Amino acid sequence: MVAFKLNGKPVSASSEDSTPLLWVIRDELKLTGTKFGCGAALCGACTVHVNGKAVRSCTTALGTLKGASVTTIEGLSPDSSHPLQKAWIAEQVPQCGYCQSGQIMKAAELLAANPKPSREQIVEHMDGNFCRCGTYHRIIAAIQRASKEA
Amino acid sequence: MDRRQFLKTSGALSFAIAMGSDGLRLMSEAEAATAQQVNTWVRIAPDGTVTILTAGAEMGQGSMTSLPLIVAEEMDADWSKVVLDWAPADPAVYGYKVRGEQSMAIVGSRAVQSYYSELRTAGAQVRKVLIANAAEKWAVDPKTLKTEPGFVVDGGGRKLSYGEIAALAKVPATLPAVDAADFKKKEDYKFIGKAIPRRDIPAKVNGTAQYALDVQLAGMVYATVRHAPVHGGAPESWNDAKVKSMKGVIGTVRLPDGVAIIADSLPHALAARRALEVKWNKGAAAGFDSERTLEETYAKVHADPAAKSQTLDTKGDPKAAFSSAAKTYKAEFRSDYGYHAQMEPMNAVARLNAAGDHVEVWEGTQDPGSSREAIAKALGFRPEQVTLHQCYMGGGFGRRTLGDYSSEAARIAKEAKRPVKLVWTREEDMQYGMFRPQSFQCLQAATDKDGKVTGWTHCVVGDGSFLLQTGIRIPYYQVPNQFIEMRGTSHGVRLKHWRAVGHVFNQFAIESFVDQMAADASIDPIAFRNERMAAIPRVRAVLEKVAQMSDWKAPRPEGRALGLSLSERSGSIGAGVAEVSLDKASGKIRVRKAWLAVDGGLVVQPDMARANIESGILYGLSSVLHERVTIKGGEVQQSNFHDYHLLRMSDIPESMQVEFVERDAPPSGLGEIGNPWVGAAVANAVYRLTGKRLTHMPFTPERVKQTLSA
Repeated sequence: MVAFKLNGKPVSASSEDSTPLLWVIRDELKLTGTKFGCGAALCGACTVHVNGKAVRSCTTALGTLKGASVTTIEGLSPDSSHPLQKAWIAEQVPQCGYCQSGQIMKAAELLAANPKPSREQIVEHMDGNFCRCGTYHRIIAAIQRASKEA
Repeated sequence: MDRRQFLKTSGALSFAIAMGSDGLRLMSEAEAATAQQVNTWVRIAPDGTVTILTAGAEMGQGSMTSLPLIVAEEMDADWSKVVLDWAPADPAVYGYKVRGEQSMAIVGSRAVQSYYSELRTAGAQVRKVLIANAAEKWAVDPKTLKTEPGFVVDGGGRKLSYGEIAALAKVPATLPAVDAADFKKKEDYKFIGKAIPRRDIPAKVNGTAQYALDVQLAGMVYATVRHAPVHGGAPESWNDAKVKSMKGVIGTVRLPDGVAIIADSLPHALAARRALEVKWNKGAAAGFDSERTLEETYAKVHADPAAKSQTLDTKGDPKAAFSSAAKTYKAEFRSDYGYHAQMEPMNAVARLNAAGDHVEVWEGTQDPGSSREAIAKALGFRPEQVTLHQCYMGGGFGRRTLGDYSSEAARIAKEAKRPVKLVWTREEDMQYGMFRPQSFQCLQAATDKDGKVTGWTHCVVGDGSFLLQTGIRIPYYQVPNQFIEMRGTSHGVRLKHWRAVGHVFNQFAIESFVDQMAADASIDPIAFRNERMAAIPRVRAVLEKVAQMSDWKAPRPEGRALGLSLSERSGSIGAGVAEVSLDKASGKIRVRKAWLAVDGGLVVQPDMARANIESGILYGLSSVLHERVTIKGGEVQQSNFHDYHLLRMSDIPESMQVEFVERDAPPSGLGEIGNPWVGAAVANAVYRLTGKRLTHMPFTPERVKQTLSA
């Protein structure tokens, strides 16, 4: 049993310590906004925050999370009111949408540390998150918009 | 139940849609009661809520929203009161007609193109019935009435909401016919041609959009699968006792082409999959070596006069054109296998009823009708014994039309006697993928004394039959003598449609070859296409547009050059220009800017279409620069994104511009006009930079360096 905070609430998970966080939050704790893309920390679709830092939940073992604070897309805001979520809608970013939870969580990490990133800083920060629909230009525009409006 | 009773009990005005002798059409409930296979298409509740079913399987292209917008436009609905629901998987009712059959397949970028006329008619019929009811209530001539969104109005300030009409309405026994005069005029459009936000997007920024992967059922168990590493193989035996002894494993299932493991959790199933050792029988692709075949075998097939050939197009007398030519040209091109790489690996959820004679399946599918049939076949059921729940797709790109993975889930659920969620690993998704075929192309052309192209031959060699043929014909160039052929081989590798599929390598070859001739003649590539190849007026228009967009004749910054190519797919025509730079030391190509002018007829939702086309450009660029599947000893060599490279944010052009050329014509397909042009445009730009031609896609840094040093 591993106890940690999920989106601000204390939870405990009974999966083995070696279980990837991705499956714990999706299948045991039933928050399915975080997606499975590659299972090998290569694509970023499973990005969540652990203690404010963006991590790949598909390769983060449950056992490493004792007492940690985990935030998923469901916990970013209660009502899609995070500036990034609003900007994602305003710029009509998602296409298939499957990578976008991970994209938004990765972008949220950036804006928390650097509220006014340059385009180069955005690209550098976001470069490991794949979007097969190629929404990259709109992702950049949405991050810039959120940065301006936050 | 008679109609009146139905309306009373449902408290709503319902229009059914069904197949009549004249194709897809709305029916009144009275007609519907006597017709077979009818379903409600548009439903108006007394509170004014309008429910419109959508057949636009949603994989990111927006047609979930754009199809019902066509209905809403013609019925003059208040879009804020419209809710959408998936159309059931029943092509006989909800399909469009293609080659004499009813289909719900959302493929080939043809959703709007295929449904436009039917949905427009449906919307106009609903509007006409609403007006007739208001006219009866007010005892006036229907011709004196008009609509505004959600209301029927008369000239004197009276209005009735669609909800009020629904509460008291009569639907005539026969729905009114509509003709051209009943359709809205273009200038009155409120939705078509405007930027209406997509309905799926809010759920895609907060994690609530439901993909099949997200479906949770009571008592559900998990399954994963290992398929034959050599396509066409089947399992002979495996370490069943060992696998079944592993933690959480419930059982194993023999599939025709693999072994499934059922467990109490997905991590347990995945751990057991890693421990699974299978003895496979020999698959059809045994021993296949894709690189050697592409480098050597295909050229031999092309050179062999006895090789089987299928003529795809022929015109005039090509032999005579070549024998009387002032000059002839010849070039060869190659292209590797491509993988869809949709972000959501194949998965589905299945649940049988207690009696075991009905199955529910949750799947994201481009073709609900085919899925339902495939699932029924896998279980020995009739389609009526299958209920398919459509889900969002985490990418489709042509991969998700067969219901193969959902059939697998259904088989496993039947064995498990419990609801099952089947999830393929990324490695499985890639290695047991269905690929865009590799291909070899040889093109030859003859020009006359004036430099006009008078003869054209194109031979494509490879596996994949119809997949090889798309985009190989050139009706947009009026070359008088043509011979276009395919020489088919077979390797046993699983192949599939892949965003414009054959257009990718055929247009790469065609448009590179045209550029080569233009360069040889020292003529501007646009002028060459217009003057020497007699490009049709639609092509001239997009060429003119893209020249203007890209400032085609203007000099570029040092180290950059432009390349141009046409794009053609599903009735649409495009012309694209790429501004390219090249790091000669590393062989790395960068596309700095991209412009694409598109003639797609009426564009129902320009912003959605633009997003989809931009997506196509980057999908194209990714395949052109990076993506290759290779097969050795019959086995796919790549396994995940570390060795199958996708375009990243740092690879994207600094700007992309997509514009539409206005033309008064019905919609044509736009989802795949974005990628076929990219290969030739990049190669043609590299030629302008270096004087060397890239002839083998993808243009990996190693290949570029090889070409430069050749």
